[in-house]
Amino acid sequence: MSGLEDLYREIILDHYRTPRNRGEMECPPAHRGEGFNPLCGDDVVLYILADGDTIADVKISGNGCSISQASASMMSTAIKGKTFADAKAINKAFKKSLSLSEEEEGEADSAEEAETNEDNSVDLGDLQALQGVMKFPVRIKCATLGWNVLSESLEKLNLD
Amino acid sequence: MSVNTLNSASLKADFPLLGRQVHGKPIVYLDSAATSQKPRAVLEAMTTYYDDYNANVHRGAYLIAEQSTTEMELARQKVQHFIGAPAQEEIIFTKNATEALNLVVNSWGRSNLQPGDAVLLSLLEHHSNIVPWHILAKERDLELRWISVGDDGHLDLSNLDKLLDGVKVVGISAMSNVLGTVVPVRAIADAAHERGAVVVCDACQLVPHRACDVIELGVDFLAFSGHKMCGPTGIGVLWGRRELLEEMPPFLGGGEMILDVSTEGFLPNELPWKFEAGTPPIAETIGLGAAVDYLTDIGMEAIADHEESLTAYALKTLEDRLGESIVIHGAAHPRGGTISFAYRDIHPHDISQILDQHGICVRAGHHCAKPLMRHLGVTATARASLYLYNTESDIDCLAYALNETAAFF
Repeated sequence: MSGLEDLYREIILDHYRTPRNRGEMECPPAHRGEGFNPLCGDDVVLYILADGDTIADVKISGNGCSISQASASMMSTAIKGKTFADAKAINKAFKKSLSLSEEEEGEADSAEEAETNEDNSVDLGDLQALQGVMKFPVRIKCATLGWNVLSESLEKLNLD
Repeated sequence: MSVNTLNSASLKADFPLLGRQVHGKPIVYLDSAATSQKPRAVLEAMTTYYDDYNANVHRGAYLIAEQSTTEMELARQKVQHFIGAPAQEEIIFTKNATEALNLVVNSWGRSNLQPGDAVLLSLLEHHSNIVPWHILAKERDLELRWISVGDDGHLDLSNLDKLLDGVKVVGISAMSNVLGTVVPVRAIADAAHERGAVVVCDACQLVPHRACDVIELGVDFLAFSGHKMCGPTGIGVLWGRRELLEEMPPFLGGGEMILDVSTEGFLPNELPWKFEAGTPPIAETIGLGAAVDYLTDIGMEAIADHEESLTAYALKTLEDRLGESIVIHGAAHPRGGTISFAYRDIHPHDISQILDQHGICVRAGHHCAKPLMRHLGVTATARASLYLYNTESDIDCLAYALNETAAFF
């Protein structure tokens, strides 16, 4: 079935079936952020417990499709224990990995490649499995839902 | 047992899009509650307008301008007769049903509702019959009340009398776009009128599927969209009782809606143009007229009968083939051909994605009815919705493909 295997990679389904860092945290001390996909009503709630400028603990709750929930689960494992700056860099690299694929066939290949190499300092690991959503443009919003909450949360935490 | 006089398999040939393939498979279109497909007759009527007599309406004194004006007003008469409206002046063309409902809330609502007044809505409402009221309620300090929904998918009217106490306006959907529930509009309208309340009916899911008569429905305003009834997008209808419309101030200002304008003020036009500011969607209006002709030729009774028997077939087939793994969310009879369901614990988005690979188009999401979704305790459902061109074979495809989703989850 064309492309569906790319979308529903085993690692994604694994995170969907067995979400990591699932739960809630008391706020405060934790920070709570929530994002909605107005298209389908999915939501992701992200709890971050900060220790200085480090993400000491993270929890995810909310409801949604396999892509939104798996992406949020994978995000939680990627950012747990990281500094705000590192989490920000991972977020940036993840989003870039999606939009880069979008322009795969564009003319700016060599320039993009140079940037990709630069970003290779951030190891996306399992998150690369989510690049399959690029073939399903409607689902990109699902994949980025949790990450947009992370962006907002980090901004607020930096202000606090 | 109703006699099904429709031959949907051959009707499909009237709809160019239904001849296409999706991912190498014949398209199975099961999302008519979102928008219907368009028959060739509608597309040709719009093309003919642009090819032969494209001119602005109600302005030029030349032949093609007269022709465009005549055709547009003819469409108004077709719509009038289609819904049993007493007068063509009561048919107001809008962009869509959403704009029609916003027109009522902003024009009638602003001039009739005072702080503390109550508005009664049902949990079946689409956001378009909720959010405009929320906006006005916040501004005017109105109280919003809700008719609840029972486990059978029907409105709980047991406490209607109490709910209606002090209510100035009732906003009610005639048929749920999520559960397919057919709402007893007449009974609610009669009860509302006894209390002196005005009734605004969202008939988006009713008008395309059932013979509809505004007098029999007993409502004061009726809103619906052209694109769900074989017409184009960009054209909707508001019907209102003339005496109410006459009293209402204009909604949008601009050209067409005035009799006179000076530096001191303006004099609004007569009905229906008082509410039709600016150049109207002429081609779309003419397209809607052609859609009304198309549906009338086939016969709304035949369409309703067909949908009734196909819905029964769908409910039985899904249950027989998928057993306990499928849960249909409401509604008991009487109901239309909109079937919301949950399948295994697969998220509707994922269901829709996999069905797409089989050429099947279903909607996944909250269907612009989040209060109802919260009441049902779900964030989203998958929804298959039927129309005159759907066949038993379409349902068989759906049942087969749903089974296939298990391969991934």
